[in-house]
Amino acid sequence: MKKILIALSLSLVALFYSCGGNSAESKNETTSEQTTTPADNGNPSYDPERGAGKFTHVEVKPELDKAMADAGVNVYDVKCASCHKLTDEKLVGPGWKGVTARNKPEWIMNFITNPDEMLSKDPKAMAQLELCLVRMPNQNLTDDDARNVYEFMRKNDGVK
Amino acid sequence: MKYSKLILFILLSGSVLHMMSCKPKGASGAVATGSAEKAYVAPGKYDEFYNFVSGGFSGQMSVYGLPSGRLFRVIPVFSVDPEKGYGYSEETKPMLMTSGGFVPWDDLHHVSFSQTNGEIDGRWAFGNGNNTPRVARIDLKTFRTSEILELPNSAGNHSSPFITENSEYIVAGTRFSVPVGNNTDVPIASYKQNFKGTISFISVGKEGELDIAFQLLLPGVNFDLSRAGKGPSNGWFFFSCYNSEQANTLLEVNASQRDKDFILAVNWKKAEEYLKAGKGTKQQVRYAHNKYNEQTHTATSQIKTEVTVLDPAILKDICYFIPCPKSPHGCDTDPTGEYIVGSGKLAALIPVFSFSKIQKAIADKTYDGDFGGIPVIKYEAALYGEVKKPGLGPLHTEFDANGNAYTSFFVSSEIVKWNIKDLKVLDRVPTYYSIGHLSIPGGDTKKPYGKYVVAYNKITKDRYLPTGPELTQSAQIFDISGDKMQLILDFPTIGEPHYAGSMPADLIKKNSLKIYKIDENKHAYVAKGEKETKVVREGNKVHIYGTAIRSHFAPDNIEGIKVGDEVYFHITNLEQDWDVPHGFAIKGAPTAELLIMPGETQTLKWIPEKPGMYPIYCTDFCSALHQEMQGYVRVSPAGSNVPLSFSLGKQGAAAADTTKPAGK
Repeated sequence: MKKILIALSLSLVALFYSCGGNSAESKNETTSEQTTTPADNGNPSYDPERGAGKFTHVEVKPELDKAMADAGVNVYDVKCASCHKLTDEKLVGPGWKGVTARNKPEWIMNFITNPDEMLSKDPKAMAQLELCLVRMPNQNLTDDDARNVYEFMRKNDGVK
Repeated sequence: MKYSKLILFILLSGSVLHMMSCKPKGASGAVATGSAEKAYVAPGKYDEFYNFVSGGFSGQMSVYGLPSGRLFRVIPVFSVDPEKGYGYSEETKPMLMTSGGFVPWDDLHHVSFSQTNGEIDGRWAFGNGNNTPRVARIDLKTFRTSEILELPNSAGNHSSPFITENSEYIVAGTRFSVPVGNNTDVPIASYKQNFKGTISFISVGKEGELDIAFQLLLPGVNFDLSRAGKGPSNGWFFFSCYNSEQANTLLEVNASQRDKDFILAVNWKKAEEYLKAGKGTKQQVRYAHNKYNEQTHTATSQIKTEVTVLDPAILKDICYFIPCPKSPHGCDTDPTGEYIVGSGKLAALIPVFSFSKIQKAIADKTYDGDFGGIPVIKYEAALYGEVKKPGLGPLHTEFDANGNAYTSFFVSSEIVKWNIKDLKVLDRVPTYYSIGHLSIPGGDTKKPYGKYVVAYNKITKDRYLPTGPELTQSAQIFDISGDKMQLILDFPTIGEPHYAGSMPADLIKKNSLKIYKIDENKHAYVAKGEKETKVVREGNKVHIYGTAIRSHFAPDNIEGIKVGDEVYFHITNLEQDWDVPHGFAIKGAPTAELLIMPGETQTLKWIPEKPGMYPIYCTDFCSALHQEMQGYVRVSPAGSNVPLSFSLGKQGAAAADTTKPAGK
């Protein structure tokens, strides 16, 4: 618990500063006020379809890039599979079936590379946290890892 | 003992009077004058310096912030640490191996830091093991012990691990002289004939790897402390020693007979020449060399069998003795490298030697006979001057950047500031109580950062809330930025602090490792993802390739273990985020937990002795569902036919055929 507190206060100190009530989050991830009070409430520039992070536009071809999807499955096995099934069944986190239909590629890639910030300000991510109650860990994916994983998600969703 | 209590009493009453009779100097004074603010580092803010403090008889090294005195980490070095699994996990056990087997404890007295051009460079810290002679290297990227090297022909590695200005060597001078060579079964009373003192020069490689380059074979005395020359005196090393009486019993009296003992000046560049010329003799010995591999996350221990010895009584121009009053202890070179400060524990003055005068005395052979075949330079010929009446019982000296020296006085329990050039005392402050070492950031290097001097005290007595017979030792921070030293904080320490060192946080904080990259994990039993988890039986050995992630183990149900099996839990932490370790413990296992950093694999060995259901769980709070991070290991009687199985997430299935205890 102490460690979570430290991690949060280090990485999110600016956020907490702007939104005092959020410190409850570190105490108890199940309280609702923290998940329903986005830090960026009222910020018109925030695009909830894109999310918070470095990816603004992801180039996606209509057909599957097989090489990328193959690289993506290796990342999945090591860094994602512990918590995410490929079906729609929830394990620790949600199953991946249909994830690319529900979210734009920018949102997914921002979320998987920048989960701490997303879980604290993005409405969709916060709603998901209310269901799962485990903050998705930052698994230190490279940009390429993230893109490859996204391609694997597409494959999982039936893109050929 | 009675004597020391009497001294303490005098000191106590003296300092009370002192505090009442003049301007505040004690802790209450610090608060009253507002100087406590100088030690205040606001919550969430960083300290300016890292302070690495020896843990003495704890065997560990602790890391504090200066000026706040906040404890950040205890680095396990020479002693097992169940909290971190150090010395308990299969990976770390080899770190504590010696030629005499596994030694789970030592006494760490001194720290030093790697240097480049005489300045701290932030790569490594070193520590000495005083009891079973060893030196250790700590990697300042991981704040973990990377390497431990045992020292042959040594007994009580006290004069260590001081370092040369480009990290060519750390040294290890033996406190106890001992019989060296093949015949060590000799009468103790034959000390003068058979006992020898050795000094090891341990080379430090590019990656930090330690290797005994050579040992100097010296007369039987007690080597105590040492410092490398710097600048003009680079290439030399200075060692204090006591017991030039060569007593082997009641040293308290018998080693305090002579008016002067010695500082030994060693020309190590000359020694290197002899070594290159093949003048050393190879000696058959046994010592352990232990290294931790950051890729395999595993330590290895290797026994080495040879060391090269140089005899300075035969090989001239390596060693010279310089007389130094009354059982010298500290032996400190100033930032310019010209002055060497000796501190006689029983002396009432501080001699300051001059490197250039020593060179001239050697050139002119201004000697006063020899000791054990090594020339003794005349005291006056080496002496720059003496600090008169500085206090009682000088121990150690550190330096600021402005030509001032700060000497600790154990008997009179104070720090005395004096000027190196004119040898005049400038200021003195009491310490609470009985200071041993003292430390200024960079105060032993060419580039002192000044700002603070920290006193490390042996006795705290009435300074803190009482905790029964055993009381903490303490550190006290004094601001030295002005003319007068000012106490700003004191704080308790772990174990007994001896020497400590500090460096600017900027030197190392940016390099601090956050995670082990899972792709780079080369552990022999790593499971990179749950797909690779498995349980493998090899005879009576069972290897569990397990993983941990917030918040479950894979597998978390294991059956088919039998009494008498050797079970190895190899747990890989799949997290790749900073500060998310997982712990691993199993009920009743006669060992410690594992504490596994992100991307790391660690192994707990367990030999179950009784059939039963054994819970496993994560010991380090990791998420809201940390308490759910648990599992079961079923142990059946020896010879049972319960098949080996493992699973994660299989609810009540497939178990119908094994619900009855088998093998009965």
